Amino acid sequence: MSTSLLIVQTLNGLQLGVLLFLIAAGLTLVFGVMDFINLAHGVQYMLGAYLAVMFYGLTGNFLTALVLALGAALVFGLLLEFIVFRHLYDRDHLDQVIATFGIILFLNQGVKILWGASPLSLPMPEALSGSVVLMPGILYPVWRLVIIGSGLGVALLLYVLVNHTRVGMLVRAGASNAAMVSALGVNIRRLFMIVFGFGTMLAGFAGIMIAPILSVEPGMGDTILILAFVVIVIGGIGSIRGAFLAALLVGLVDTLGRSFAVDIMRLFMAPSPARTVGPAIASMLIYLLMAVVLYVRPGGLFPAKGRS
Amino acid sequence: MVDVTATSTPAPPRRGLFSGNALPIAIFVLFALVPFVATFKAETYVLSLVTRVMIFAIAALALDLLIGYGALVSFGHAAFIGLGAYAVGILGSHGVNDALVSLPVALGISGLFALATGIVCLRTKGVYFIMITLAFGQMAFFTASSLAPYGGDDGLTVRMRSTFAGLPIFTNDRALYYICLGFLLAAYLICRSLVASRFGRVYRGARENPQRMASIGFEIYRYQLVAYVIAGMIGGLSGFLLANATDFVSPAYMSWQRSGELLIMVIFGGIGTLSGAIIGAAAFLLTEEWLSGITEHWKVIFGPLLVIVAVFAPGGLLGLANRLRRMIRG
Repeated sequence: MSTSLLIVQTLNGLQLGVLLFLIAAGLTLVFGVMDFINLAHGVQYMLGAYLAVMFYGLTGNFLTALVLALGAALVFGLLLEFIVFRHLYDRDHLDQVIATFGIILFLNQGVKILWGASPLSLPMPEALSGSVVLMPGILYPVWRLVIIGSGLGVALLLYVLVNHTRVGMLVRAGASNAAMVSALGVNIRRLFMIVFGFGTMLAGFAGIMIAPILSVEPGMGDTILILAFVVIVIGGIGSIRGAFLAALLVGLVDTLGRSFAVDIMRLFMAPSPARTVGPAIASMLIYLLMAVVLYVRPGGLFPAKGRS
Repeated sequence: MVDVTATSTPAPPRRGLFSGNALPIAIFVLFALVPFVATFKAETYVLSLVTRVMIFAIAALALDLLIGYGALVSFGHAAFIGLGAYAVGILGSHGVNDALVSLPVALGISGLFALATGIVCLRTKGVYFIMITLAFGQMAFFTASSLAPYGGDDGLTVRMRSTFAGLPIFTNDRALYYICLGFLLAAYLICRSLVASRFGRVYRGARENPQRMASIGFEIYRYQLVAYVIAGMIGGLSGFLLANATDFVSPAYMSWQRSGELLIMVIFGGIGTLSGAIIGAAAFLLTEEWLSGITEHWKVIFGPLLVIVAVFAPGGLLGLANRLRRMIRG
């Protein structure tokens, strides 16, 4: 458990946390404001990555691909909202679950048909592909720092948007009582569309940013979706601040847990059982964390609704 | 936070064809006849497919008991299937193959797991309940994956199917089929009488209006916990049968995707009807089987199908059938 490993893994944890935040932010708003369970949020992330790969293949420029993919992800998300989701806002949550689950099946298979089942990769921009020396002896890939930086940038942007603009005020009001906001004469449907489009774009952005260091493959959104749900539940549904803190917490706990579980388990047991128990405990940690948080605070850390 | 599940669709009005026993009787007669039809064509294939349907129908029934009657949307119900299956697998690898041991163990373990997790889960409501049951399901999944002596990630082969007091009754595919049918019927009758009983009325009342039930003087938490444990044990039963039907046990039985599929089955069929759970399991698995025979990209068809059901047929297939009937009658 050397210090340099600890630093590197802490940064990796931050990077995962930031990524989770990008996905969870949209999810928690859509959920909090529209009371809509969108399981298809994970495939938006996958779609972002695939679109980036496609546009990179067409243009050969990462930045252009990024912009085009973001736009395409937004258009696609709004299209989904228009065709399917808007018919389900007033419905039971279970209907929303079954519909968005259907969309997951469709899109996972759809990208398989369009781009094949084998993993694709997106080359990162040349200038950012190296590593930097953080401290003597510690090299860290620049791209991961870029992810952390851009994630924190988005978090700051969201903070300003949500807390210091008129739309943000409406979003906050919508998260605590959507019916009242609507009764006060706000076009809640338009607000929903803005929130939804923005959330979709953030998920797509997360997919694009992670694509260079992860393989782009069908189903990549499913695991991350569950993690994002864990994040928004720990943070309290509808709360951006909660999502941010919970995302960093989950990212750090998961990454550090995976790197050090075996070592920690060795303190308590023989090396060979530690090698099998360690990874299992590590995979469980975030769920354990969620169960404990919900046991102590059944509404998450920062519930947006006044009542909970 | 609006309580998400308290407002969930109430059980459809029980009238006409679905009021009495016509539908469940039709379902069970159909199941009982399948082996006779199957002798004409592809017997092994049909039997194993429909056995699978019935096993998942048992688990779906248990889940419907939670969702449809208690508004307890569990996203970790596959864990109980896994526990039941692992009871068979692990006991089998130690040479204990008799159902007189493994079935009570399977039920006991899943019941205990339901009790321990239910105490925690039932503190939360709505979406938080969904997520905390997911959390426990995942913990069970990762625990199973780490069981290195019993195959870890790869799972473990059940070398010998269960015997009953020494008799190898699970070995014959046709016998296994009827055993599963018997258990499905038993599970159905248990759930049904439970829902209709005084206990069931309190339990259903807790879904409709927890405050009122509490102020009448019922401690609804206890009722929900008992229902959760019963649903868990029925899930364990289906796991016990699944291990015998597939001769294999794997952590994949407990994955969250599996829990999601169970949820879809129940919603697809129509929640709060019990028959709907059986129909949903059959519709889900048979459609999957049918479409995957047509094209390897069957999910491209199946996905939109689910969307269409959700948008145009709230209340699932049974709800749709009910509305069609009313339309025909005018």
